[in-house]
Amino acid sequence: MNTHKITMTVNGQTVEADVEPRMLLVHFLREKLNLTGTHIGCDTTSCGACTVQLNGTPVKSCTVLAVQADGGVVNTVEGLAQNGQYHPIQEGFREMHGLQCGFCTPGMMITAVSLLEQNPDPTEDEIRWGISGNLCRCTGYVNIVKAIQYAGEKMRAQNAVPQANAEVHP
Amino acid sequence: MTQAQTPDTVQGIGHSRKRVEDARFLQGRGNFIDDLKLPGMLHLSIVRSPYAHARIKSINTDRAMATPGVLAVITGETLKQFNVHNMPTLMSDTQMVLPVDTVKYQYQEVAGVLATDRYTAADGVAAVDVEYDPLPAVVDPKKALEPGAPKVRDDKPSNQIWHWEWGDEQKTEQAFNQAEVTVAEDIYIPRIHVSSIETCGCVAQWDPVDKHLTLWMTTQAPHAIRTVVALVTAHLGLSEEKIRVISPDIGGGFGGKVPVYPGYVIAVAASIVTGKPVKWIENRTENLAADSFARDYHMHVELAGQTDGTLTALRINTIADHGYTDAAANPSKFPAGLFHICTGSYNLKDAFVEVDGVYTNKPPGGIAYRCSFRVTEAVHAIERMADVMAHTIGMDPAEFRMKNFIKPEQFPYKSALGWEYDSGNYGAALRKAMDMVGYEDLRREQAEKRARGELMGIGISSFTEIVGAGPSKDFDILGIKMFDSCEIRVHPTGKAIARFGTKSQGQAHETTYAQIIAEELGIPSDHIKVEEGDTDTAPYGLGTYASRSTPTAGAAASIASRKIRDKAKKIAAHLLEAAEEDLVWERGKFYVKGSPDRFKTIQDIAFAAYTNHPQGMEAGLEAVDYYDPPNLTYPFGSYICVVDIDRGTGAVKVRRFVAVDDCGVRINPMVVEGQIHGGLAMGFAPALLEEIIYDENGNLLTPNFMDYLLPTAVETPRWETGETVTPSPHHPIGAKGVGESATVGAPAAIANAVVDALWHLGVRNIDIPITPPKVWALLNQYGVAVEE
Repeated sequence: MNTHKITMTVNGQTVEADVEPRMLLVHFLREKLNLTGTHIGCDTTSCGACTVQLNGTPVKSCTVLAVQADGGVVNTVEGLAQNGQYHPIQEGFREMHGLQCGFCTPGMMITAVSLLEQNPDPTEDEIRWGISGNLCRCTGYVNIVKAIQYAGEKMRAQNAVPQANAEVHP
Repeated sequence: MTQAQTPDTVQGIGHSRKRVEDARFLQGRGNFIDDLKLPGMLHLSIVRSPYAHARIKSINTDRAMATPGVLAVITGETLKQFNVHNMPTLMSDTQMVLPVDTVKYQYQEVAGVLATDRYTAADGVAAVDVEYDPLPAVVDPKKALEPGAPKVRDDKPSNQIWHWEWGDEQKTEQAFNQAEVTVAEDIYIPRIHVSSIETCGCVAQWDPVDKHLTLWMTTQAPHAIRTVVALVTAHLGLSEEKIRVISPDIGGGFGGKVPVYPGYVIAVAASIVTGKPVKWIENRTENLAADSFARDYHMHVELAGQTDGTLTALRINTIADHGYTDAAANPSKFPAGLFHICTGSYNLKDAFVEVDGVYTNKPPGGIAYRCSFRVTEAVHAIERMADVMAHTIGMDPAEFRMKNFIKPEQFPYKSALGWEYDSGNYGAALRKAMDMVGYEDLRREQAEKRARGELMGIGISSFTEIVGAGPSKDFDILGIKMFDSCEIRVHPTGKAIARFGTKSQGQAHETTYAQIIAEELGIPSDHIKVEEGDTDTAPYGLGTYASRSTPTAGAAASIASRKIRDKAKKIAAHLLEAAEEDLVWERGKFYVKGSPDRFKTIQDIAFAAYTNHPQGMEAGLEAVDYYDPPNLTYPFGSYICVVDIDRGTGAVKVRRFVAVDDCGVRINPMVVEGQIHGGLAMGFAPALLEEIIYDENGNLLTPNFMDYLLPTAVETPRWETGETVTPSPHHPIGAKGVGESATVGAPAAIANAVVDALWHLGVRNIDIPITPPKVWALLNQYGVAVEE
């Protein structure tokens, strides 16, 4: 089968690869780049486990072809922690027990970060609608909402006064 | 509240310790099955039947084999050469791995395609040409029992698999004859699917030189799987010491990852045939269409009592749809699981229950939905009917329950159907839930609203769970007794590793098991590494499902710790030059009675166990315990749900949901709360949204998440939780297990609330899921629908 050369920036690194035109972005990330933090849960754009940011917007990477992301900027869960420090959303999920099996968590966090970037101080209803494209089977959502509220508060404080994040737990 | 006895530095029982496992999941470094990549690994994809019942006329693999990258197509005929085309189910029935002549349900496995990557494997699947001769299918189990119905199984006399009954039929009949009031309803609990967000899959790696199989697999019970694989493949030369099952991080299990699915077996066979590692990962449709389902119970429930509200007897007749083979993952002695817990929280004198298992042209399964072996069905039957009885005699459902509860002083309580409940205080839990929700005010509000024509309902479910399977005298799976295990090794520096026969799928075992050991030994939780899921290293156990980990393996952690403490005491006596009987244990150290400054810490003792142990004693500080529980545990709770019904759409809005749970001592309150939240969501889901639906030809109408509706954050209620603590008297730390309570208890509360809102119109029962069209039809039937 024909392949296409694509280039994109993934978590700040420039990557180049030859891919079949039919290859999904999620498979490109997982299998070509070994970024297995992004998961696959449903194949029908319903569950959101595969959510990544493409050019600043959350997308379900099971419904984007890798070639469509050519030239784009992709952020995945592996890029959330910076300089050995948790992103506030990671801290929030840990502090508020926002995850159990951990399978939906990467997609849920990417969606939450995107929400908070657009709407730094969402109401509970806005958070619930904001993550309504991401399914979690374990938590019943209450603690995920709290985790996002925690992160929102922290991000607002950081934007006001620069402040260190929590350390990444090994 | 469970009060923590240990300091924050130790983090024993009662601490809301933050989870150890979070670090890897938060950073995308989990180790789920599809993350595994081995050199030379092939991908398996499966051809599935478009028909619910058909004879296979031919399977032509020419086009598939001509596809570049496709290496092999495995059919039933391939497997038949090795006599592995069929496999036994846990209920000693027969399940096809791949068919040699007929398919029995839509999406059944027909052939496996092996290719160099997943895309090519999918190409290969599309290029396998199968000719079918469709046969009549039977989808409704009641029709399956009628004379002349299409026969599902050629090897069986009829579509009835078994008849099971329990209790005293005659005494129950007498009680019904003598009752002042009897009520009866047909209640259907539909087929649902557990749908963990991670589907099932495996990587099988056969080493042809060492004749060694490594099987990474999404399994909740790795040790049992190893033994099953050894037993069914012994004739092929596989041997249990050369089979290693590894259960990696599991993306949700809920019972759906207990059974052995054909895909796993095909992957193993494919690896043996090719000598290469083979990966098989289900897509969502395969998961929904072929993996173990839950429920599908058609119940006729009758309740007898007196006009003063005293309940006397219960009778249930059930038709259970098992699909084309009986593959329910029940303990061997219990074909209907623990359904006979159906007398629930009530002091019922007489009960009789019977179930007929029936074959239909649907996939097999039966209990995989966070349900502790048919306890949800039992709870739904009794809790729904308790409301029907209360309303019928004009008594408030809360008062009715209070009147009929088993009283605290009656424990241990022997139920009419033979269970011995360990402990409980049902009235306290219900009263607490009533106080939290403001029950009396809500009833006043409801009356006012009803007068204005508004539809508001309040539903209660005061459930009793039955978990921790189980005592070896009654509980086994394929003959293997249902104990579970813990092995602890304390290292010279006082740190420890603990391994278990269970397998977490999100329940935080790595966090909470360490807390039990920390409580018992005083070693900080942070110094205790917990491992599960590798059969080469972990002690044998039956796995994690049916809320059994804390009652069994959690108990084993306690007992193994105490064994270590016994040895530690001897070492301490040696170090302190004191007699053993003069030593006093204070968490984390032994001191000499009367001289508290003469002590040795557990860390001192651990070091001495390797460097300065008494002559004549074995070196080392380790212990293992295989815990055989003396009884099951009986967690309980009371849930109250408040709903408002939209007369313009039939939509049910859950306004409040208060859940008071009593699971005995809480090891980690944060984790317990999380388990309850998740369990409530999985009770809410089948109550209002989820149903696996087939048309009359056996076509699955809900094969994806666009048609099978998992709840999102938007419709999921804001849970309000509370607790009471009634320890289990027989568990070493008084814990009972909690994973499934909420899923078991919640649906009845929601259904009761909806019926409560509509009772005055004449509605007596609505089968779950209570969807807007069902309610809308009722609103129209009773003339209260509003055109908007």
